[in-house]
Amino acid sequence: MTACAGVARRALGPMVGAALGIAVAAAAEIPVDERRSGFDFMSRALQDMQRDDTLNPGMLWVLEGEELWHRKAGAGNLSCADCHGEATSSMRGVAARYPSYDEETRRPVDLQGRVNFCRTRHQQAPPLAPESQELLALVAYVAHQSRGMAIAPDPDPRLTPFRDRGRRLFHERQGQLNFSCAHCHDDNWGKRLGGSVIPQAHPTGYPIYRLEWQGLGSLQRRLRNCLVGVRAEPYPYDAPEYVDLELFLMDRARGLTVETPAVRP
Amino acid sequence: MTGRVRLAALVIGAAVHLAGGAGAEEAKEADGAVLRSFDVVGDAIPAPLTGRRGDPDRGRAIVVSRQTGLCLLCHSGPFPEEPFQGTLAPDLRGVGSRWSEGQLRLRIVDPGRLNPETIMPSYYRTDHLRQVGRVWQGRPVLTAEQVEDVVAFLTTLRD
Ligand code: HEC
Ligand code: HEC
Repeated sequence: MTACAGVARRALGPMVGAALGIAVAAAAEIPVDERRSGFDFMSRALQDMQRDDTLNPGMLWVLEGEELWHRKAGAGNLSCADCHGEATSSMRGVAARYPSYDEETRRPVDLQGRVNFCRTRHQQAPPLAPESQELLALVAYVAHQSRGMAIAPDPDPRLTPFRDRGRRLFHERQGQLNFSCAHCHDDNWGKRLGGSVIPQAHPTGYPIYRLEWQGLGSLQRRLRNCLVGVRAEPYPYDAPEYVDLELFLMDRARGLTVETPAVRP
Repeated sequence: MTGRVRLAALVIGAAVHLAGGAGAEEAKEADGAVLRSFDVVGDAIPAPLTGRRGDPDRGRAIVVSRQTGLCLLCHSGPFPEEPFQGTLAPDLRGVGSRWSEGQLRLRIVDPGRLNPETIMPSYYRTDHLRQVGRVWQGRPVLTAEQVEDVVAFLTTLRD
């Protein structure tokens, strides 16, 4: 890109140079020993709220998820537990390596997508709506089983092209304000964007309880907030772009600890 | 995919460049009006986009507004009443003595021309953007009048 941009810029003048600047942002990756969870950027009070299960509002969803895990549903009249047994053992580590590859759609699938595949394929129940209380509760319960474990993405080589696409999306400028994710989260983390400290964008604690939402929300909801912030058109819920971005973000967060349910401002 | 986007940008860029002459732009404003053309001389746009200077008081209101100017998301400046100011960009204190009016105008209209890597948005440009939110499509961040108001205000920041 750089060599060819240099030539084009000289040949065609500054307008084209500016146009090329749009397509790709030069951003340095965060060195491994500087990777920090969004948790580290929060006030002491919010950290305490996340750490103490009796104060963490996200635990309400985890408890509801536990109940849903054991509840029979659909024409199959099966509960999650009928196939998977106790989540405390069978689901341990799952959130630390997701998204994973789905043989049937030949695409990566995130945890909420997997929950809905289990519903439609095995329970013969309708899929749960994005951001619905039930879906968030089940995902929070499953992801909670990995709390404290190090993020260790699935090495399946079939995921690589999708992760690469996520990486590309992360570095492309977009929206009327024309930023890339990397502009904020690689180049300017730790600085203040108005009243908010910019974190490094590690998906360590999803679904999260966000004070601004007064409720639990998924990583997709968080990403939509960032897109709307730069005045970009957010992709619809469950768009492949979100899963591709998550694959890249999880790889970028390798080694950090799963926190679900995290609390964020 | 990225390659194709980049190529398209290049072609469009070249077309505008050739058809419009140096620095001329054709696009729509919020009300559907065509973006005004302007001449870039060196690193400045010497003449007001609207033919006359803007109003510094309205400009100040735009600069501190979190909905219109968005400047304080990234910048800080002499705005004691504003508690949340950004630290992504230089302090706006004294920009009126560092830059001429025309230099300030280009730095608002299209800072990407001076520094293709900049994170500062181009406030009066609608081309070469991708995935723009539906309500913002084809609209610059500020109208020509608003750009002039902001420029008029910035020239007053002299220390
Ligand atoms: C203009 C700055 C900006 C851009 C561009 C941006 N973000 Fe963010 N992002 C933030 C800020 C600020 C926060 C912290 C939450 C808040 O206060 O909104 C955040 C939070 C996040 C988080 C949550 C981290 C946590 O600890 O829970 C993730 C993940 C994230 N962003 C990913 C992205 C991705 C992916 C993109 C591009 C599609 C993106 N962001 C674009 C500013 C930005
Ligand atoms: C997303 C971040 C961002 C926003 C929003 C933003 N700027 Fe900037 N601005 C920058 C950065 C970064 C620079 C430093 C030069 C560069 O990178 O091009 C800059 C430079 C400037 C300069 C030159 C300052 C100097 O000391 O040399 C002026 C003047 C300026 N901005 C005014 C504004 C005004 C007025 C607004 C709002 C209408 C605004 N900016 C919005 C990021 C931003």
